[in-house]
Amino acid sequence: MVRIEETQLPGVGVRYEFLTEDGERVGVVHHRGGRREVFICRADEPDTVALSLELSDDEAHTFGEMMGVATVAERLGDLQQSVEGLAIDWLGVDPDSPYAGRTIGDARIRTRTGVSVVAVIRDTAPFPAPGPEFEIEADDTLVVVGTPKGIAGVTGILTVG
Amino acid sequence: MDHTALLFLELGSVIVVLAVMARVALRFGLSPIPFYLLGGLAFGIGGVIPLVTSEEFINTGAEIGVILLLVMLGLEYSADELLGGMRTSAKAGLLDLALNFTPGYAGGLLLGFGAIGSLFMGGVTYISSSGVVAKLLGDLGWTANRETPVVLSILVFEDLAMAVFLPILGAVAVGGTILAATSSIVAALAAVATILIVASRHGDRLSRMALSSSDEVNLLTVLGITLLVAGAAEQIHVSAAVGAFLVGIGVSGEAAHRARGLLSPLRDLFAAVFFVFFGLSIDPRRLPSVALVILALAAITTATKLASGWWAARDAGIGPRGRRRAGAALVARGEFSIVIAGLGVSAGVSDDLGAIAAGYILVMATTGPILARVVGRSSVP
Repeated sequence: MVRIEETQLPGVGVRYEFLTEDGERVGVVHHRGGRREVFICRADEPDTVALSLELSDDEAHTFGEMMGVATVAERLGDLQQSVEGLAIDWLGVDPDSPYAGRTIGDARIRTRTGVSVVAVIRDTAPFPAPGPEFEIEADDTLVVVGTPKGIAGVTGILTVG
Repeated sequence: MDHTALLFLELGSVIVVLAVMARVALRFGLSPIPFYLLGGLAFGIGGVIPLVTSEEFINTGAEIGVILLLVMLGLEYSADELLGGMRTSAKAGLLDLALNFTPGYAGGLLLGFGAIGSLFMGGVTYISSSGVVAKLLGDLGWTANRETPVVLSILVFEDLAMAVFLPILGAVAVGGTILAATSSIVAALAAVATILIVASRHGDRLSRMALSSSDEVNLLTVLGITLLVAGAAEQIHVSAAVGAFLVGIGVSGEAAHRARGLLSPLRDLFAAVFFVFFGLSIDPRRLPSVALVILALAAITTATKLASGWWAARDAGIGPRGRRRAGAALVARGEFSIVIAGLGVSAGVSDDLGAIAAGYILVMATTGPILARVVGRSSVP
């Protein structure tokens, strides 16, 4: 699972982007009026847009369907809209994390922060709905849902214990 | 000739001239603002074609233009974006303020505008034209560049600085005793703070309540409220511009989005009238005597804007090309510099203020976009 970064562009809209394996910055700017702008930056010049493509609302949906995936950002938006204050995040596990090699139960994430681990991503395979006995490994990515404050707490737990 | 005929002929020819100028500006990818100013200079005192009959309409239209510019500035960013901007871009924003306000203020002092009058000059050189910058970012395809959030956050900070700065200038412009000025500044700043907090907490709900499904109802509601608040603000000696700005900040969410769409054609018309009016009020024969001052200010404040954009982008970890673009994008000064200069002229700061500001904005609104294009072309990897 690739990590999507979200940046607010005041007065313009929101920018979503991720880095490809080859280091190209790829993303979409959602303009306030509904227009989407797909852009690509070359790996050796990540600051400058090398290619951009403007899509209307309809074209953007068609594009998304052609790619075979519903736009993640939209699904996220729906989820966040249905429960106000809910946040979802992808947290990486450092090799030197105190909980690398221990179980989710050991970390007592839900007890301490109220945050749920809804999936673990290892290499590219997802493990949905892991139980407390699930063992966290270094370089796993935890998909967590909770309050922004709780998620910050989980980050702390994963790095310093 | 009969009065009505003359009125329409005059107004018609002014607007047709503006249309031609806007077309020329568009053709060369420039902002139309300097062209409108030139139009005003040509029609005005000592200009080519003096306007007589339509003067009253243009005066009122110009006042409405200022109000629409300010309400749209307020609508541009939500209260949350403004409050967020205050936290995230404080360092870059303050540097931008220090670097770009100072040359104008110092220039004002040197020209003998006095400690208070020079505030207007500082404001003129400080504030970038968010209209021109936003258009540049779109035209040049810079929206998704990595330095763009930095540029936008500086604009947000400037917007916020206007919220503090305008009431002060407004109070100075209206004049009166120091006590009266102080109390209207305090009143205005308290109003700014209250509106920001209320809009940030309950803005969405309030705006939803006022929102109708009819564009007509929405247009009349927003315009009516804006004019009422502007008038009330002027009445309690807190310039009408500040009142309009506050209305813009207060409206948020879906209502703000709709209002922007509805008001922008009106803004385009009346703001153009305002730019012409500002040009009209200036005697072009004064320009040669202040040309050196204008060029010096333009050179210095081009450099200082480049520096503040460059520094802010570097601070955000952007590479050299992005830093140059961030600086170049911010160079253009425009509509809000004219608003500030207009307040100064009506406060009677100095006869030279209007001429210097007009010449300065002519230079900056033209060179800003050109500079950005040049930098853009040279920064293609």
